[in-house]
Amino acid sequence: MAEITLKSLAHSYLQTPDGDQDYAIREMDHVWHQGGAYALLGPSGCGKSTLLNIISGLLEPSRGDVLFDGEVVNALPPEQRNIAQVFQFPVVYDTMTVYDNLAFPLRNVGTSEERVRERVSEVADVLELSGQLKRKAKNLTADEKQKVSMGRGLVRDDVSAILFDEPLTVIDPQLKWKLRRKLKEIHQRFGITMIYVTHDQLEASTFADKIAVMYEGQVVQFGTPRELFEQPGHTFVGYFIGSPGMNFLDVHVSDGTLYSGRTALPSSSDRLLERVANCRSDNVKIGIRPEFIEVSAVPGGGSVEVDVDDVQDLGTYSILSLRLGEWPLKARVEEGGVTPHDKAYIGFPERWVGLYVDDYRVEMDHE
Amino acid sequence: MNNKVRDNRAWWLILPMLLLVSFSAIIPLMTVVNYSVQDVFDANTRFFTGTEWFEVMLNDPALQVALLRQFAFSLTVLAIEVPLGIGIALLMPKRGWQASAVLILVTLPLLIPWNVVGSIWQIFTRGDIGLMGWSLRELGYSYNITSSPVDAWATIVIMDVWHWTPLIALLCYSGLRSIPEAYYQAARIDRASTWSIFRYIQLPKLTNVLVIGVLLRFMHSFMIYAEPFVLTGGGPGNSTTFLSQSLTTMAIGQQDLGPSAAFSLIYFLIILLVCWVFYTAIMNMQKDNNNPEA
Repeated sequence: MAEITLKSLAHSYLQTPDGDQDYAIREMDHVWHQGGAYALLGPSGCGKSTLLNIISGLLEPSRGDVLFDGEVVNALPPEQRNIAQVFQFPVVYDTMTVYDNLAFPLRNVGTSEERVRERVSEVADVLELSGQLKRKAKNLTADEKQKVSMGRGLVRDDVSAILFDEPLTVIDPQLKWKLRRKLKEIHQRFGITMIYVTHDQLEASTFADKIAVMYEGQVVQFGTPRELFEQPGHTFVGYFIGSPGMNFLDVHVSDGTLYSGRTALPSSSDRLLERVANCRSDNVKIGIRPEFIEVSAVPGGGSVEVDVDDVQDLGTYSILSLRLGEWPLKARVEEGGVTPHDKAYIGFPERWVGLYVDDYRVEMDHE
Repeated sequence: MNNKVRDNRAWWLILPMLLLVSFSAIIPLMTVVNYSVQDVFDANTRFFTGTEWFEVMLNDPALQVALLRQFAFSLTVLAIEVPLGIGIALLMPKRGWQASAVLILVTLPLLIPWNVVGSIWQIFTRGDIGLMGWSLRELGYSYNITSSPVDAWATIVIMDVWHWTPLIALLCYSGLRSIPEAYYQAARIDRASTWSIFRYIQLPKLTNVLVIGVLLRFMHSFMIYAEPFVLTGGGPGNSTTFLSQSLTTMAIGQQDLGPSAAFSLIYFLIILLVCWVFYTAIMNMQKDNNNPEA
């Protein structure tokens, strides 16, 4: 049981890294609190697995420290860190039975057979492996093997945290859902810190209380699934989370109106105008989720006219492909809402418009 | 259910292969079978003898001893080469230029022809100019492969180990390289000792290559001919006369076609039998593993 702190951590696979692009992990600070269920979400190659291997000790970071409960563990090998890790592809010891597989981590540290039996039967029970204990691990199906891999992490009562590196990749969809629930259940029952790496936003938000979104070697946002959705901290989070992703428009202010290129945008609050006008960066964007764009068939206060390129009916909702001047936008309309053809009128509710300067969100403290 | 036009003409394509195999294997083998049941005096004079040659061969005390000697030799070299090969494979570097360099060094003995190996060791063990013979003598050991059966035996075993352990090492090396990194990582997380990693990860993953390695090495060593022939000529006495050399002496030296044909068939069947028993045993072992209730 431990709180895991990453302090000015950076890692490069190169001997002599030269500039940011050579780093798999760019300098970052982060704290994983004891007992939390966390997800580490990001696209392939963003450094998720690297970060996980650094926490477990399989990799030594180029710079910075890993602390467990305030103690620097950089120099400790994984054997001494009391960390369990489950890998993307199931690892079982082929020649052993399921029981021996689960007992392996305990026996390696000389646990008494009595205690081993106790722990193994408890974990086998939770993972629904009780009936299979005498089988050779080699003959299990992929998902059973993965359960055994997880079981080897759970069976230890001394672990500070369990790290999962996309553990459900090889599992069938229905089983995926079942195992994910199982993990959640285990988390609630044992209260162990769990860090779950995935590139699937659904998987992340069903498993985790808090999600760290990684992009190009950095955690760009750390928050609850709801925060990631409603207030993405970085344009990447906006694109990556939600389907379709967030709409972003480059903006500038001219004559007291917000423009994107030469297109006037729907009316916006004075505060936003003021903030945009005062920005020195030339990378200023506003972002709004497709779910929050107000679509209407008739012109109204402050709304602007858009062309409707396409309407995609997905049953309970529709996705509209709109064109505002030269800019494409997506909007999501619930079933029963207006589904305009050809022309529509849209507004941006003040509450849901985010301002992004150099790709990071600038808070505007709404009242 | 099957609408495909069945076209069996492709079978003709194996005809050249059949022809080739006939000349290289089937016809010679049948000739041997033919000889083994006859007493041949010259091209025109021969008598049918039935199983007589087989009985004579099986009851020949000299050959029985040679057979035992042969088994002793094969088992000795296997017992040394397999563990040694695994050990070398485990120690070989896994990446970088060192890996290539070591790979080449290890492979080198495999590239040397059998009779050249014999010659190299013949010179190597000479007391006057051979490095090993001279050194041992200087160290006070009266080493002489032409008079001491123990020296001769030991030298042939060492020579075979030198020549063929690389094969086992290479097979194991390739087997080890194919183990995914995640297994080692998981083992570290599970706090497994080096021995446990070997016993539960590496050795099980090497089973398949080791089956091939052991079979190849058994057949090779059981048929060993050129190296001892060049090195010791079968001596001193008959102490290093292996089966293939007895056979050659009988067939070519004495022109005893009938007995030597019977003998080679027995020889062939022994190798076939041992390989079959070994292979079946291993396969059964794996089948047991596949049985969920086992």
